[in-house]
Amino acid sequence: MESLSNKRKVIESKPLNFWERAYLPAIIQGLSITMKHFFRKPVTISYPEEKREFSENFRGMHSLKRDEDGRERCTACGLCALSCPAEAITMIAAERQKGEENLYREEKYAAVYEINMLRCIFCGLCEEACPKEAIYLDGDIVPADYLRKDFIYGKDKLVEPPLNQ
Amino acid sequence: MGTADIVIKFALVIIIFLISLVVAMYSTYAERKIAAFFQDRIGPNRAGPFGILQPLADGAKMFLKEEIIPANASAFLFIAGPSLAILTACIGSAVIPWGQKLTIGGHIVDLQVTDINVGVLYIFGVVSLGVYGVMIGGWASNNKYSLLGAIRAASQNISYEISMGLSIIALLMVTGTLSLREIAEQQHGFWSHGWFTWNFFRQPLGFLLFIVCAFAETNRTPFDLPECETELIGGYHTEYSSMKLGFYLFSEYINMFISGAVMATLYFGGYNFPFMDHIDSANWVTILGVIALFTKIFLFIFFFMWVRWTIPRFRYDQLMDLGWKVLIPLAIANIVITGLVITFK
Repeated sequence: MESLSNKRKVIESKPLNFWERAYLPAIIQGLSITMKHFFRKPVTISYPEEKREFSENFRGMHSLKRDEDGRERCTACGLCALSCPAEAITMIAAERQKGEENLYREEKYAAVYEINMLRCIFCGLCEEACPKEAIYLDGDIVPADYLRKDFIYGKDKLVEPPLNQ
Repeated sequence: MGTADIVIKFALVIIIFLISLVVAMYSTYAERKIAAFFQDRIGPNRAGPFGILQPLADGAKMFLKEEIIPANASAFLFIAGPSLAILTACIGSAVIPWGQKLTIGGHIVDLQVTDINVGVLYIFGVVSLGVYGVMIGGWASNNKYSLLGAIRAASQNISYEISMGLSIIALLMVTGTLSLREIAEQQHGFWSHGWFTWNFFRQPLGFLLFIVCAFAETNRTPFDLPECETELIGGYHTEYSSMKLGFYLFSEYINMFISGAVMATLYFGGYNFPFMDHIDSANWVTILGVIALFTKIFLFIFFFMWVRWTIPRFRYDQLMDLGWKVLIPLAIANIVITGLVITFK
């Protein structure tokens, strides 16, 4: 059949000639290739000291954003939890009291907001679902830990630090 | 032999023993570093500056690991295996001339533990004993992978010993002696009577055969079938843990060091180096000679590692084909050619 891609190569399986059967030329060729690599600059990144830059669309740990006045954007609508295919997000909503206008932007806010980092698949659907632009996966890699319970991140770890700090 | 001589010999034995251990220790470090460089990596660099304390850390780890002797293993032989492996690896260094004579305060120190007149045969005896460590350990483990590894080691070592012996015969026809000291002395300097003095330039094919067999005898890649992970888990040391495993790995590196020394002595002039006759002080010649010998040994060790990180492992039938159908005929041809050259020269 006619090749459509022009990528087809005809492989010839000729019997090896004397020099090919003698191993040594091929071995010397191989040795010279590895010797070239010997003097090449290592590609290693010494991890804790140096870090490879993440790509622009890298999705890491979540952060709950604040608005320009430093108020929490999240209104506990639950769309992120609903959109989450791994069911990693839970929250408990609460009503904003008088005097808390400087803390929460909307009249309802998330009193408890938990993400189970062991369940999360970092798909970014919560970020897409959020109508308030309150959650972004713009953090680092989730660090390792010993116990499963320590992977359930609450607001203390998720909410951005206040502006004035 | 006076008391002083005995003390000197004893000190020499201990120094050589320590040097082989230290070289073997740092060969593990060198192996990892060199492997890393060949693969565009950095290698161990956390323990001390540039990772130079890595071998100590590895050794400490080996000693502190749990000793496991499998329930169905033969306990005595299980321990005897690695002990024998490291013993045979160490005793090979006894006949190697590390340098010429050194004069210290009226005492003449011969930098060779013993100059027996059958040095080459002694080396061969020790090398062929080396396989017992592997065989006993592999058999005593009572594990099929270990047993297969041990069988492979035995058949491989026996096959390659033949061509190694034959390649040595051609060399002995040139040198006319079995004493390693005399062989080293014959290669004095670098150039005389219009030709190189080093045996490599008289026996290039013999050297090629010898180094191939040395790879097989030390179980190094491409001939590391006794411990080939892809097929046999760990080969003969599958069941070994702790320092017993360490001894097996260690004996491989000591073997590499000793075979490097043997190759340097037999084919590359041993402690001889170019322009050694232009130095007046005999002691300096000796010291530089020792340095020259160790440089050659380290180059050989580097070559061993270079090959290891370049060439993939042979298939078992290819290994046997190479040993019996290629190396032995070539070695015999080498003997015939050498004989003809000696006769008609």
